[in-house]
Amino acid sequence: MISFYGSEISYFQVITAAVFVVCGPLVGGLIAGFDRKITARMQGRQGPPVLQPFYDVLKLMEKEPATVRGSQDFYIMTSLIFCVITGVFFFGGGNLLMVIFTLTTADILLVLGGFASNSSYSQIGAERELVQLMSTEPMIILLTIGLFLAKGSFGVAEIISGGPVAFPYLAGLFIGVLYIFTIKLRKSPFDLSMSHHMHQELVKGLTTEFSGRTLAAIEMMHWYENVIFLGFIFLFFANGTPLWWVLGIVVCLFLYFVEILIDNTYARMRWQFTLKSAWAVTIIFGGANLLVLYYLHASQLLS
Amino acid sequence: MAYVTKSPWVIHYDGSSCNGCDIEVLACLTPMYDVERFGIINSGNPKHADVLLITGSVNEQNKPVVQQIYDEMLQPKVVVAIGACACTGGVFRECYNIIGGADQAIPVDVYVPGCAARPESIIDGVVKGLAVLAEKREKVAKGETVTEGEQAE
Ligand code: SF4
Repeated sequence: MISFYGSEISYFQVITAAVFVVCGPLVGGLIAGFDRKITARMQGRQGPPVLQPFYDVLKLMEKEPATVRGSQDFYIMTSLIFCVITGVFFFGGGNLLMVIFTLTTADILLVLGGFASNSSYSQIGAERELVQLMSTEPMIILLTIGLFLAKGSFGVAEIISGGPVAFPYLAGLFIGVLYIFTIKLRKSPFDLSMSHHMHQELVKGLTTEFSGRTLAAIEMMHWYENVIFLGFIFLFFANGTPLWWVLGIVVCLFLYFVEILIDNTYARMRWQFTLKSAWAVTIIFGGANLLVLYYLHASQLLS
Repeated sequence: MAYVTKSPWVIHYDGSSCNGCDIEVLACLTPMYDVERFGIINSGNPKHADVLLITGSVNEQNKPVVQQIYDEMLQPKVVVAIGACACTGGVFRECYNIIGGADQAIPVDVYVPGCAARPESIIDGVVKGLAVLAEKREKVAKGETVTEGEQAE
């Protein structure tokens, strides 16, 4: 046990956090690789090797450095650091409120990076990234409240190690989280800010003006983020028993597959639709779910 | 290890071609030829691209455009001229506004002949370009400046 500003952190938590820092990009990159392979197969193509995302990032590191504005690189690197910190809080079993806080900071820094250059593509991309953030944030906050009501704690360590399985209590929130999952993964139909596939009207949106190492950093940040979001979905199922852990991971993988399917079958939506629909889903499913939880609490069916 | 040969992202620019070669370039992306097998992605952004595929000849109007795209690309980079037009000016050679092939504007590394160039030969051209890319990558790694157009034959 280590004492850290009044909270007790076990060595196990330190280890899981360290595992995330090292393995996060490996898992995220592999998922991206399978994503591209499966996408290709869905389109009747053979597709790139599974390790292709790693080749891409290593390639980007080899390119000559070029920056439009110095502040640009600073924002992106800080954004990556905040993303790693988010994962450390999350996989170290830390407080969900801190996780949300650092995750949003990482995203805002990315937006600032987009605004740093005067390119219209990158400006539009940054604006759209803000819209995406606005669409997803309410749902994530409701999810945190829901998890607290169901499990009695904001701590990830407590949530995954005991108590009832949260899923039955949070079914409505689960639907809401699924909806914003696509927005957070920046996949079609919600790839507003970066256009998931290149060669479109947006060029590459927010990332248009980035190249070389900085682009590699954005890519790695995306991998970290994806792993963290899969972690959020895992929270619905974990209760400390191996059966539910396995089930949680299987559900995560299945949902990612569904995301790939959606990615391949939908064209991009407008930002207006993204915002309105995300908030509608949040209010209807998330709000209703929270009301039910409060009722359960009031009638002491859930302690 | 030159990873750039495993993930060459291309950008495609149409000079003043008849569109025949452009269709063939796009055919490379279809399931039939699927260049993503080699990690090749068609990017619309010079800053992200490693290979410039140029079709059609260069004229007075598009010369600065071609040069700007080339300048925005970061080293290591290669230029592949696709089709008779991009190599020499082709059937448009005698036109009053045509300067000639792509090499009149920027240094070209690989010439892919044909009218129109077949997808197979385009892929072959890009793969040939990868060797040049690897060479340039060595120079970038050593901190040497890459003398442009050196490999042009
Ligand atoms: S080489 Fe032939 S097919 Fe290609 S652009 Fe020129 S005229 Fe058209």
